Amino acid sequence: MIQETKIGLARLGKIDPENINDAIALGAYDGLKIALSLNPDEILVRYESSGLRGRGGAGFPTGLKQKFTSQSCAECQKYVVCNADEGEPGTFKDRTIMQNDPHLLIEGMLIAAYTIGASKGFIYIRGEYNLSIHRIRKAIADASSNGFLGSNILGSDFSFELELRLGAGSYLCGEELTLLESLEGKRGYPRIKPPFPAEKGLWGNPTLINNVETFVQLPAILINGLDWYTALGTSESKGTKIFTISGRVNRPGFYEVEMGTTLRQLIEVLAGGMKDGYSFAGALLGGAAGTFVDASLLDTPMAYETLKAIGATMGSGAIIVLDNTTDKIDFLQNILEFFKHESCGKCVPCRIGTTLLSEMASQLKTNPEILQKMIDEASYMARTSLCPLGQSPVLPLKSFERYFATAITNV
Amino acid sequence: MNEKENQSELLNHLHELQNSHPQQYITEEALNQTTQKFGLTKAEVYGVVSYYSMFSLKPRGKYIIRICQSPVCHLMGSQSLTEFLKQKLGVAVGETTNDGIFTIEHTECLGQCGKAPSMMVNKDVFTELSIDKLETLIEKLKTEAK
Ligand SMILES: Cc1cc2nc3c(=O)[nH]c(=O)nc-3n(C[C@H](O)[C@H](O)[C@H](O)COP(=O)(O)O)c2cc1C
Ligand code: SF4
Ligand code: FES
Repeated sequence: MIQETKIGLARLGKIDPENINDAIALGAYDGLKIALSLNPDEILVRYESSGLRGRGGAGFPTGLKQKFTSQSCAECQKYVVCNADEGEPGTFKDRTIMQNDPHLLIEGMLIAAYTIGASKGFIYIRGEYNLSIHRIRKAIADASSNGFLGSNILGSDFSFELELRLGAGSYLCGEELTLLESLEGKRGYPRIKPPFPAEKGLWGNPTLINNVETFVQLPAILINGLDWYTALGTSESKGTKIFTISGRVNRPGFYEVEMGTTLRQLIEVLAGGMKDGYSFAGALLGGAAGTFVDASLLDTPMAYETLKAIGATMGSGAIIVLDNTTDKIDFLQNILEFFKHESCGKCVPCRIGTTLLSEMASQLKTNPEILQKMIDEASYMARTSLCPLGQSPVLPLKSFERYFATAITNV
Repeated sequence: MNEKENQSELLNHLHELQNSHPQQYITEEALNQTTQKFGLTKAEVYGVVSYYSMFSLKPRGKYIIRICQSPVCHLMGSQSLTEFLKQKLGVAVGETTNDGIFTIEHTECLGQCGKAPSMMVNKDVFTELSIDKLETLIEKLKTEAK
């Protein structure tokens, strides 16, 4: 029987999220205390050896990112930024963490800041997440009055200020460099990479930017040790991951499991299988910028390497389940309209390409051959677009063709 | 905070201005006041306001209904909810009712997909929507608005 293993959601339901004493009684800020007793370089080595990879979508090794930011410039002001923009359709894990245990996020950011030598941090949260905004605000105030934020934290030499900044309804602002533009109070247009944030981030300063779920893995690694952490998951995917399952399953919701749990275990056991009268017809993994899979792939372990081997992505951990009543072409069209709506229009291939793709999708039912043209267009966009948004539509399109081509010819 | 860091408060500030106006929009006066406060040009502030979909330069209703049109809600039937709302309120998406009570807007994923279809009315989230639920809610809001 598959069970949940909880790191990010360990205190969920056991504390009043608005009461710091509840969180402290269950170990909040214990990881910070350990961190402060260690040398930052020592912590860096631990996070590098932990195998932790970023949970925001790209899966970049977290320890390496910390090292780059830490070493990028000795004297200048460094920043730690939390990406809490969570706009990928089908994803609601960061909201679940922030609403239920805001102090865990603050602790994770504090440890990261101490590790890389940053004295200032921002949480950039999407403007629609009102309850999370309220709870994080309160948590920051309470952490400050309890000596966990501010000057000389817990009597050490380490000082850290943390502030909250709101987004205002733009999916693209979840992309890290666009997020930094928005955080600087500008329009959400992407910057050209490189330089990466580790080198030139906020106001040109070295900036460590991680997803909410990445930060909340940090305290447990110090508290429980490397051996414990690296025993969780698979060879190349360590720790736990929160998957958010939606669609017509019996128990849609969030599940935190060890990396490597199979799609079948997630959908059939944890989410309770399909609702009465519905059957499984495939899934979209990782949100709109994700990949489709069909029933033949249900036994795939959800880990970076195993998903990559079948041409699929982990992305944000979204699992959108399709059923026998889903009009797959209509669903695909909806995804393409999403990209059209969220394209910032700065570069031509994406501005025109996303419009073209959604128009072509509307012809799919009468003209199935157009799918190949759509893939060609999306591949062209992937090669020529300025930022990853324009490079994304090819993912759902190619996997759609691979698994659901018959859905088109059988209309 | 230095001057640069100050500008990072621009979006927070615009949210506050918009929330404190009964018609939930950024007025000309608010724009002007913002340029002064942040030492920006009007074009710069206008550029920011017009970029983000949560901000509006036109007056809106007392209640902004933001209905999710992203894949999960779409899959779970949000389109028929939008049709129902349009008919019930007699306005198109993006418009405000004549009595100034409701504005219908589309939004992308609200992170409430586990309980789709979902929407927000101002700051409140409503999930597992059906036409019946919507009907009841609209009637209730109409009464409260009076
Ligand atoms: C269009 C787009 C939207 C994104 N949205 C998010 C988001 O909402 N949250 C997030 O953490 N990462 C998002 N990302 C990924 C970030 O660019 C970045 O990889 C991430 O913040 C790095 O954090 P991590 O190393 O902890 O994963 C997005 C990327 C793209 C291209
Ligand atoms: S790829 Fe799309 S979203 Fe990215 S910069 Fe170009 S137009 Fe904007
Ligand atoms: S798709 Fe509608 S809330 Fe996520």
